[in-house]
Amino acid sequence: MKESKIEIFDLKMKYGKDKVLVDDISMEFIERREIPRDKKDEDKRQGEKVDVLDNVSLKIYDGEFVCILGPSGCGKSTLLKIIAGFIRPTSGSIIIDGKEVNGPRPNNIFVFQEGGLFPWLTVYENVAMGIRHLKNEEEKRLKVQEYLEMVDLIGFENHYPHMLSGGMKQRAEIARALAVEPDIMYMDEPFSGLDFLTRLHLREELVNMHLYIQKTILFVTHDIDEAIQLADRLIVLTDRPSKVKMNYEINEPHPRDINTGELQNIRQQLYLSMGVHYTL
Amino acid sequence: MLGNSRFCKFFSFSQTGFADDRVRTQRKKHKDFSRNLPILVFLGILVMWHLVSLAKIYDPNTLPPPSRVIKAFSELLANGILVRYSVASLFRVTIGFYLAVLLGILIGILLGTWQKVCLMFYSLIQFLRPISPLAWIPFALLWFGIGDSSAIFLIFLSSFFPMLFSTVVAVKNIPQLYFQIGANFDFTRLETFKFIVLPAILPDIVTAMRISLGVAWLVVVAAEMIAVKSGLGYLIIDSRNALRMDYVIVAMVTIGLIGLVIDKAISQLQRPAFVRWKFERK
Repeated sequence: MKESKIEIFDLKMKYGKDKVLVDDISMEFIERREIPRDKKDEDKRQGEKVDVLDNVSLKIYDGEFVCILGPSGCGKSTLLKIIAGFIRPTSGSIIIDGKEVNGPRPNNIFVFQEGGLFPWLTVYENVAMGIRHLKNEEEKRLKVQEYLEMVDLIGFENHYPHMLSGGMKQRAEIARALAVEPDIMYMDEPFSGLDFLTRLHLREELVNMHLYIQKTILFVTHDIDEAIQLADRLIVLTDRPSKVKMNYEINEPHPRDINTGELQNIRQQLYLSMGVHYTL
Repeated sequence: MLGNSRFCKFFSFSQTGFADDRVRTQRKKHKDFSRNLPILVFLGILVMWHLVSLAKIYDPNTLPPPSRVIKAFSELLANGILVRYSVASLFRVTIGFYLAVLLGILIGILLGTWQKVCLMFYSLIQFLRPISPLAWIPFALLWFGIGDSSAIFLIFLSSFFPMLFSTVVAVKNIPQLYFQIGANFDFTRLETFKFIVLPAILPDIVTAMRISLGVAWLVVVAAEMIAVKSGLGYLIIDSRNALRMDYVIVAMVTIGLIGLVIDKAISQLQRPAFVRWKFERK
């Protein structure tokens, strides 16, 4: 217990350095399915506009584990995809390490909600895809083994994704992301398709992994308990058009019991703020 | 199956799996029997055909009895015509089909990748696609004359459009997610093609090949009836002119058998794991 507290303390010392700057991001989608035919107005003929993000600004420090929490459909995933460079925002900019983001970057790996493995490659080949530039075959092999071991998938190297369970697929994708040794990892509800127990296991593994490699992780979730369990910092978004509603720092050591002390207070507050008037 | 046997074991624990074994042997017997069913159907038809011809209720020249067909079969085998004509037909199908597969996939990938080019040519393709390759016979004869090349041209037409169309659709249906992953891992254009586009469309291409080869084999018979002086199609039209209906049946049976064999052969392409992933259901 004491040791992990020291680790958290060390992590806090690093917080001086900015990693990701989200500068005044706004995003609007155009709903093309309901285009009114007889509108003469040019603007409206393009389709109804839906504001998703409304001037969101954030500062994320190096090595931080940040959970972005919000109600369903509020634009959490959109925000994450904008930060990752998959979507261009309507206005505002993302700055990582002092440079503006113009597209996906090879040292910031995105872990998708579901189906992110290439189904035509084995687990081994999938993990090796991220480090395909390594010249030394032996080094490559050892590295893939190392990360497969970390996510407990030894023995499944030659399996294809369709032969694996949902949890194993997700773990393989995390291994693929980790093998790149990314500077930042983006995770878009990576555990939401999994059963309850697997989800708890993977949360635990993720926390341990973060303590071990200490890279920045941005984690989107709609699960309040999950966020409290994992995050160094919680960012809560409002309903659409989303703004930052709360920005909590959680300084509790891992493993956490979310039913005691300060965490319980935070949890109760979060449930209340999201419109649920009792906590289970 | 596994779940089922576990279920049996759980409820018959006092008999230590006895019920389980019985179920398994019954299932095995059933499987062996059903494997023989297709052959039984063929034999049944043969016997009925023989009985009907014995009854002598029609002129044996309109439908020769099986015995005469078997005799004709051995005649045609002995004088080498059957083998020579089968090879001729297979040769035309192979060349026309390969050309169609090659061009269909290449152009299909181009059209599938470039939205603008696709829009330009889409209507043209949809316009040409429903025209039966047989409608091209007059032009084929005019342009290539009587011989292999006009038959090959017709077979090419029959396979090209299904191949092209399937490839375009397959490329367009690749989930955007894979390209995002590719971008994330900093794939070059060549790598995107090699690691995403090609493997993603491969299962659909194999399926399309299976369908087009079937169509090609259908068309070769029709093409040979008109455009050439050899092949199984020519054997049919030539025997009809001589009123040798037994030869016609021999040709038909051979066409069916070869069709069966090439479909079986090409279905083997669906077996490797890097193709099969698409056909697996969770």
